Amino acid sequence: MSAARLTIDINGHALEVAEGISVAAAIAILGLPFRRSVGGQWRAPLCGMGVCFECRVRIDGLAQQRACMTIVRAGMQVCTDD
Amino acid sequence: MTERYDIAVVGAGPAGLAAALAAATHGARVALIDAQAHAGGQVWRKDVAHGWPRRAQAAITQALHHPHVTWLAQTQVVHADPHSLLLESAVGAQRIDYAALVLANGARELLLPFPGWTLPGVTGAGALQALAKQGWPLQGRRVVIAGSGPLLLAAAATARRHGAHVLGIYEQADAANVQRFARSLWRWPQKAMQAALLRGQLAGIPYRCGSVVRTAHGDSALRAVTVESARGSERLDCDQLAVGYGLVPNTELAQSLGCRLRQQGVHASVEVDAMQRSSVAHIYAAGEQCGIGGRDSAWLEGSIAGHAAAGAPAAASLLRQQRHARAFAQALETHFALQPRVRTLAQPDTLICRCEDISLQALDGYSDARSAKLATRCGMGACQGRICGAALAELGRFPRSGTRPPLFPARLASLGDNLSDNHRESSV
Ligand SMILES: Cc1cc2nc3c(=O)[nH]c(=O)nc-3n(C[C@H](O)[C@H](O)[C@H](O)COP(=O)(O)OP(=O)(O)OC[C@H]3O[C@@H](n4cnc5c(N)ncnc54)[C@H](O)[C@@H]3O)c2cc1C
Ligand code: FES
Repeated sequence: MSAARLTIDINGHALEVAEGISVAAAIAILGLPFRRSVGGQWRAPLCGMGVCFECRVRIDGLAQQRACMTIVRAGMQVCTDD
Repeated sequence: MTERYDIAVVGAGPAGLAAALAAATHGARVALIDAQAHAGGQVWRKDVAHGWPRRAQAAITQALHHPHVTWLAQTQVVHADPHSLLLESAVGAQRIDYAALVLANGARELLLPFPGWTLPGVTGAGALQALAKQGWPLQGRRVVIAGSGPLLLAAAATARRHGAHVLGIYEQADAANVQRFARSLWRWPQKAMQAALLRGQLAGIPYRCGSVVRTAHGDSALRAVTVESARGSERLDCDQLAVGYGLVPNTELAQSLGCRLRQQGVHASVEVDAMQRSSVAHIYAAGEQCGIGGRDSAWLEGSIAGHAAAGAPAAASLLRQQRHARAFAQALETHFALQPRVRTLAQPDTLICRCEDISLQALDGYSDARSAKLATRCGMGACQGRICGAALAELGRFPRSGTRPPLFPARLASLGDNLSDNHRESSV
């Protein structure tokens, strides 16, 4: 199955990705960390299913969105380490 | 406006899909609600690159296209009252009313702390599978799979299908137990077939019983793991570690509605009778949250619950099949019981609460979740204790405290308009 492609913006960089992937996957394709913990450690997805909240990023201006639960949309603005 | 449904089904995994279908065949108006974008739950999660398995595709198409079923995707239940649910989605908050409710919200992984488990690159086992199916890059990456249970095999197969180089599967149960489990599989031909299929897909990948990951190494991301087995201690360079110690039922929603729970070891599941009725009138529960039993019992229980919620008794043959499928749950629990050493992996300075960065030693001296929470903020973060609570219960510290509303961090807008005042309509 070859999916259609679309472009999103992550931390100011345009990234072309396959339609249907999660924002978490898109961030991982760029190899970026997701967020910093209260103690300043880098964190990335743990549960992959919406319960741990380790994958939180800013999506289209809305803070604290779970990247693993959100599917990419053309033109989406994602901001990590927010 | 508040929509009214005869039956609301929370969760669109095998249990929820079966419940919605069964209820709809009796003419009931059904709302099928799931936080995910696609139906299928955990086991039938849509794979962006490979689609759905055939059986899943058929069940999903049938349920979502049934004229009596309204499919509410990417919609999370954030609060529940008898006869009404508060839902949140990208477009805002919404309240729906129901005459009967089927809870089919599944289970999550049991993720246990060990040194290095907070490093980026360390995920759950089913978690890696879920991430990979949604496009997480694994091509050419070195992956170690560890923890316990048949889910490790499924995770390894998915990782390999997505191009990962799977270095090994490290199962904490000892070889004798795993062999006993394998020998018992003939009783469930479907499972035996699945197992044979997986064996083929996993050819060449080492499967080591009686072994655990002691430490994950790396500075800002994972670089290597130390695995301990009968062969001694071994360091493996890798890019990704997927480690999960089984599943725990998602009981929060049932608990918030006052449904009685059944304690199974240190974790709880929702108590139901043979017709999947909970202890609260008009509320049914089915699938993994009634105890970890896998796909087949989830599907059968969903059907039973759907019929019962629509006021029609389930066929005796369905009940018989369900009892047989449930026996599989017992086999799983017995043969993959956690070895004591798994509970000793966390060191005094290992972080337990990842939301608030609280170490194991900071929790010394507290004997209940409430006082620990008040003093240290453990369990106060966004996951609301779903990860650390299950871990602390497993480590023998203290059980998780009761849930507090909302069930998930909800947008203030949803709550302001809906939680305090049931009679006002949502305006977001
Ligand atoms: C990460 C993971 C991977 C797994 N992989 C496999 C596998 O490969 N093979 C296998 O046999 N078993 C697997 N399992 C076991 C799995 O639990 C069962 O096989 C099966 O999926 C259970 O079906 P279910 O319908 O009870 O629950 P699930 O399939 O878990 O479905 C529950 C659904 O409820 C939704 N939900 C939960 N809470 C809410 C809420 N508040 N609001 C809205 N929706 C909500 C969830 O999004 C989910 O889609 C996996 C489990 C996990 C946790
Ligand atoms: S990875 Fe756990 S919530 Fe997204």
